[in-house]
Amino acid sequence: MKKFSWRGLSIIIFICVTAFYLAPLAIPNLPEWWAKNKLKLGLDLKGGMQILLEVDTSELSVADARGAVDQNIKIIRERIDQFGVAEPSIQKLGENRIMVQLPGVSDYQAAENLIKQTAMLEFKIVAQPEEAKRVLDTIDANINANLSFFPALEALDKQDKAILADTLASADSLGNPAGSGVFSSLIRPGEMDYEVQWDNVDIIQQLLADSLFQRAVPAGWQISLDRANTETTRADRALHVLSSAVELSGADLSKAKVEYGSSTSTDPRIANKPYISIEMKREGARKFEQVTADNVGKRLAIVLDGIVYSAPNIQERIAGGRAQITGRFTSSEANELAIVLNTGNLIAPITPASTSIIGATLGADSIRSGSTAGIIGLVIVMFFMLIYYKVGGLVSDFALVFNVGFILAMLTAFGATLTLPGIAGIILTIGMAVDANVLVFERIREELDAGKTPRSACDAGYKRATITVWDANVTTLIAAIVLYQFGTGPIRGFAVTLAIGIIGSMFCALVFVRSIFDTFIITGTKKTLSI
Amino acid sequence: MRLMQNTNINFVGMRKGAYVISGILILAAIIGLAVRGLNWSIDFTSGVAAKVDLKALDTSVAPIQIDELRTVLKNNGFPEAEIQHVGIVDDATFMIKIKSAESKDEVSGDTKTAIIEIIKTNFPKHIEGRDMNRDVIEEIYEVGPKVGGELRTDAILAVVISLILMIIYIWFRFELTFGLMAIAALAHDVIIIIGVFALTGKEITIQIIAALLTIVGYSINDTIVIFDRVREDLKIRRKDPVGQVFNYSINETLSRTVITSGTTLITALALYFFGGTVLHDFALAISLGVIIGTYSSIFVASNLVVDLTHATHKEKQAMQHLTKRK
Repeated sequence: MKKFSWRGLSIIIFICVTAFYLAPLAIPNLPEWWAKNKLKLGLDLKGGMQILLEVDTSELSVADARGAVDQNIKIIRERIDQFGVAEPSIQKLGENRIMVQLPGVSDYQAAENLIKQTAMLEFKIVAQPEEAKRVLDTIDANINANLSFFPALEALDKQDKAILADTLASADSLGNPAGSGVFSSLIRPGEMDYEVQWDNVDIIQQLLADSLFQRAVPAGWQISLDRANTETTRADRALHVLSSAVELSGADLSKAKVEYGSSTSTDPRIANKPYISIEMKREGARKFEQVTADNVGKRLAIVLDGIVYSAPNIQERIAGGRAQITGRFTSSEANELAIVLNTGNLIAPITPASTSIIGATLGADSIRSGSTAGIIGLVIVMFFMLIYYKVGGLVSDFALVFNVGFILAMLTAFGATLTLPGIAGIILTIGMAVDANVLVFERIREELDAGKTPRSACDAGYKRATITVWDANVTTLIAAIVLYQFGTGPIRGFAVTLAIGIIGSMFCALVFVRSIFDTFIITGTKKTLSI
Repeated sequence: MRLMQNTNINFVGMRKGAYVISGILILAAIIGLAVRGLNWSIDFTSGVAAKVDLKALDTSVAPIQIDELRTVLKNNGFPEAEIQHVGIVDDATFMIKIKSAESKDEVSGDTKTAIIEIIKTNFPKHIEGRDMNRDVIEEIYEVGPKVGGELRTDAILAVVISLILMIIYIWFRFELTFGLMAIAALAHDVIIIIGVFALTGKEITIQIIAALLTIVGYSINDTIVIFDRVREDLKIRRKDPVGQVFNYSINETLSRTVITSGTTLITALALYFFGGTVLHDFALAISLGVIIGTYSSIFVASNLVVDLTHATHKEKQAMQHLTKRK
């Protein structure tokens, strides 16, 4: 008290920092700049979702690949911001991974789709009926010539032949097939386009994704399905033959937004339903005008990720560069699609490498049981220390509570998140934090037994125990650091807590407790020491 | 109040017995590992794990039996699903695990969605009135094979790296034999605990790896406190035989060892009993670790140093080296 001491100063700083960062947890109405330094809870406590994305840069040049991950992160962040998630965390992990954490998100399906969605928007001209017929015939011929490359179709073909041979009749369960080949036996002509019966959709989808099938399609054309009906799985789907030339693409787009058709609208596709209205850039608008002018009477397909959303008839040249994407959207689907269209395409494709979703209920349970366990452990340990070391125990209990506060404060200060393993780390620290004090106290007891006065016993005890405390804690710190290096998410939280706990408990024992001893307990020439 | 004060237990004398006990434990652990192998969790193998709460709000609805759920999943294309009750049976909370086969290189991204759909369509009464995403599904993990394999390598690497770093630190602060034997004692602890997990078939999750590393950190702490005392006592009792000095030191630090182990064990047990199901195995591993770690610090690490320095005739040299340094 009489003269300035570094120890006193460090204790004051220690207490102030702890109080500063803990205040937002306890006091509700703090100013904004202060309250924002609040301890963040991890996903496992708060509920939410976490996706680890793998960015596939194999298709890109080396130069492009370097920026691709960062570019993707930017796009994902923009999408999530527009989706509206509080405190999302999007980080680059290693060379080509992205970790996305979305606390509090419960509609994880929508969130995952939003992140993954590529939304490659293309406008393509639909083939005229006679052109389409020719394309399908060519596909049939090509497949028939190479039937062994398509095991699924080959099996089907055998089956058909068996049925036909057995009954000697040409009765066909598929009604009126579009052609004679095995491929066109799967589809039938519809009102405007071809149709695929619902139980054949799977095989058609597999074919469309097959690169061998794509080679069977004559150059300049492509086959696309329309959008699946999400309400029932037993809906037939239309199949379109499109010219593969891209008339306009997402790059020509300037803005997409969700609108609602008025209930009085005569167009059944938008009446009372959400749709997406898009505006094109100046150049895009020019192209659009040109395309519509050149193709009056034909149909223009709006294709998103290879799926035809709508294929309206071009009745006249359209200027101004506005169009609509309709297609049985729910309002949240329309919303996500608009976000994805606005934020642009991902530079490189991403695939989720792992996903975890934690319900809010489980998180709340974990906090409750974690804190119960912590408080019970803390109380027992404090009680023991008090009984065993009396005044010394009281002082170390005091330091112990401070230590727990210090861990929480430091987690806040470093912007780290408190996870369930983190809580476990704090609870374990409670058990281990007393160790430094125990070492010192045991030492002091020995010195007292050897007949030293309280003051010199205390000095000697601290002097000797300090080396031990250092050696013992540095090794634990090594484990914590390795754990941090290797771990992700919750485990890192645990490592950080453990490391902070070790540092905090060393400080508490060697500086904090000692000062209290020196200042208040061993004053003057007291003959006894309650320890 | 004082515990274990001025004890004079001949720990060094008991070392043969301790070696036998440790030997049996390690042998059991190795046999367990060889015969039953480790049950790596989804985190490390890849697949889908889902925890679902299927307790109906309407109490008149009969609770789902585990076999019922198994049959439903089996009929819907997941015959390999492992299903377990979480917590008490009345809670009707289930853990569904579908590990992807090693041969499959991609876990289907739709497995997660498929499971949710199956539950939705088959148990409508049990989820009625509750939000599917918030209340029914407590958690879902889906791990791709690439990440899973990497994690396993990383986990093993983390344990090995931390052991090596510790040897170096102890070598620097004490002496090489001390470092090596401290690590031998640690390996002893880790092997026995892993053995317990192998024998009981409990899952090795990421949290268990964290628990193992905590034990490593904790057990070395105990060992170092004893070594530190040995280092000090060797300077004071230069004339006594090394074994006796070790015995002194272990006895002198015994009350500290018991108290610290006790407080740590208390908190670990508090976690075990009150920390909820998620931390159950984690707390179990820590509790076991504290007990085994304390045992090995007292009976294994120091005794090994005594025997090894004696056997290699480096006793003098090692002790001189040790007392020279600070």
